[in-house]
Amino acid sequence: MATVATTKTYARRRTANSVMMTLCVLAAGIGLIWLFVILFQLLWRGVAGLSLDVFTQMTPPPGEAGGLLNPIAGSLLLTGLAVLIGAPIGILAGTYMAEYGRHTRLTTVVRFINDILLSAPSIIIGLFVYEVMVVGMGHFSGIAGVMALALIVLPVVVRTTEDMLLLVPDALREAGTAVGAPRWVVIRSVAYKAALAGIVTGVLLAIARISGETAPLLFTALSNQFWSLNLNAPVASLPVTIFQFALSPYEEWQQLAWTGALIITFAVLALSIVARVLAARGESR
Amino acid sequence: MANITVNDTGTANRRGSLTRFAVSDAIFRNTTQAAAILVLVLLAGVAVSLISGSFLAFSTFGLGFLFTESWNPVKEQFGALAPIYGTVITSLIAMLIAVPVGIGIAIFLTELCPRPLRRPIGIAVELLAGIPSIIYGIWGLFVFAPFLQQTLQPFLISTFKNVPGLSNLFAGPPYGIGILTAGLILAIMVLPFITSITRDVFATVPPVLKESAYGLGLTTWEVTSKVVLPYTRVAVVGAVMLALGRALGETMAVTFVIGNAHRITSSILAPGTTISAAIANEFTEATGELYTSSLIALGLVLFIITFIVLACARLMLARIRAKTGG
Repeated sequence: MATVATTKTYARRRTANSVMMTLCVLAAGIGLIWLFVILFQLLWRGVAGLSLDVFTQMTPPPGEAGGLLNPIAGSLLLTGLAVLIGAPIGILAGTYMAEYGRHTRLTTVVRFINDILLSAPSIIIGLFVYEVMVVGMGHFSGIAGVMALALIVLPVVVRTTEDMLLLVPDALREAGTAVGAPRWVVIRSVAYKAALAGIVTGVLLAIARISGETAPLLFTALSNQFWSLNLNAPVASLPVTIFQFALSPYEEWQQLAWTGALIITFAVLALSIVARVLAARGESR
Repeated sequence: MANITVNDTGTANRRGSLTRFAVSDAIFRNTTQAAAILVLVLLAGVAVSLISGSFLAFSTFGLGFLFTESWNPVKEQFGALAPIYGTVITSLIAMLIAVPVGIGIAIFLTELCPRPLRRPIGIAVELLAGIPSIIYGIWGLFVFAPFLQQTLQPFLISTFKNVPGLSNLFAGPPYGIGILTAGLILAIMVLPFITSITRDVFATVPPVLKESAYGLGLTTWEVTSKVVLPYTRVAVVGAVMLALGRALGETMAVTFVIGNAHRITSSILAPGTTISAAIANEFTEATGELYTSSLIALGLVLFIITFIVLACARLMLARIRAKTGG
């Protein structure tokens, strides 16, 4: 009797196991397939419009052929400046949290707030910069776009810098202090050096994150149909151009939107892969 | 004599450099502290600017702003109910799909997947989590929405035509774009996000716990449901809420496919709008202070909702970090 019952329970447990495990495999199959379908279609549609013109011509008026030179240049400018502003501040804040103020209440609060900023909706950042800068200046401008992107870079860099500095063994710092180096020399020549790969990874991830950001640029940098790198005027950017062109009824514009999307995806993937390789190399050392 | 002089200058030098060290150290210390405080100031700045920007809308409409459906720029009548409803319902659809599937993929990756494939699939998922949302948006508009219009939506309409209750949920012509489409796109978008966090969380379970459970003769599913999930429960909920925070505030993926209609309909096939989509679509075209202020008020509502969700998520994730000591 008992054996029959046990076999029955066992059979039921095994069936439950098979059912659930099949569901997990199905989930993996279905979930991952969608993601690859998206990438494949992006490649398919994007490559169709890829030519040298994309990188050498300005955005065209409706119904004409053209390229994406001004949005690409604008994106590079905005992204570059945003990183130049956001990354140093982020590294400094991360340094405080991991080195000087490791156990202070300020660090606990900043860590919490920073984590919230890290995943706060980027459109909120756009609204904030609009309120502070666009309203103040009276018009949309590239510099407002730069500030919005810098605000997105900041929390990413703060987080990774703190994490990476905390991974540096304290024995290294103690050795530095033991030979008489002041704290900031220890941080600069010991801690930064040991955590360099990780900090660079953080900055690269931040670049990857902002290179596709659209929402915070919509009402800060706006867009510009013409060649302009004037930070006091609206500046075109790749994501905003994609947004406008994709929603337009013109076929040439839609094609350019796909090609632009492909360029962004490629750039983001390349940056993330470089960041991963760097991080892996830092770990193995 | 000579010796003493040397010693004297040595001490003086040492004292000099010590002062110099102390000064430069104080400068560096204060600079880093100022940078850390700046992070706090920024969040406060965001809150203050949203509150001051939305003041006009709230003083005009009062709290009724939150419960009014009408959104009429011509008559300057604004209410936030339709965008709030759209935000909640699209995120709900996304979570209903992405949470079980995402956790399923994480279980697959930690328990079932052949070892040589684990790392590549894991890395692929993490890379996909970093793809900008505008890519999902453009794909949703040109590929996914037409696809749904021809397949899933007519199917849902005809299947549930005579089922009471559900017929309202799936009513109307298949537009392609709409609330359901936006929810599905969000699901696809947060999926890699949920998967990669859940997988990291599962990895914190001490192998000894799993091994002893397997040693007692438990099946893989039993080990997962009775050991891994209870051990990581709080953090998994944290991961889900983090994803929810993302879905609630997501702008570009939704703006393309939601249809931007300020109304609440029972059918999830109908066009709607979300807070972020409304802001993205209308902000630059908003004429008049009240219109702009109402949109900023929408932003404030979104900020408060996501702040609460994200704060809960972080607290929950922090608990498992304290547990593992890492």
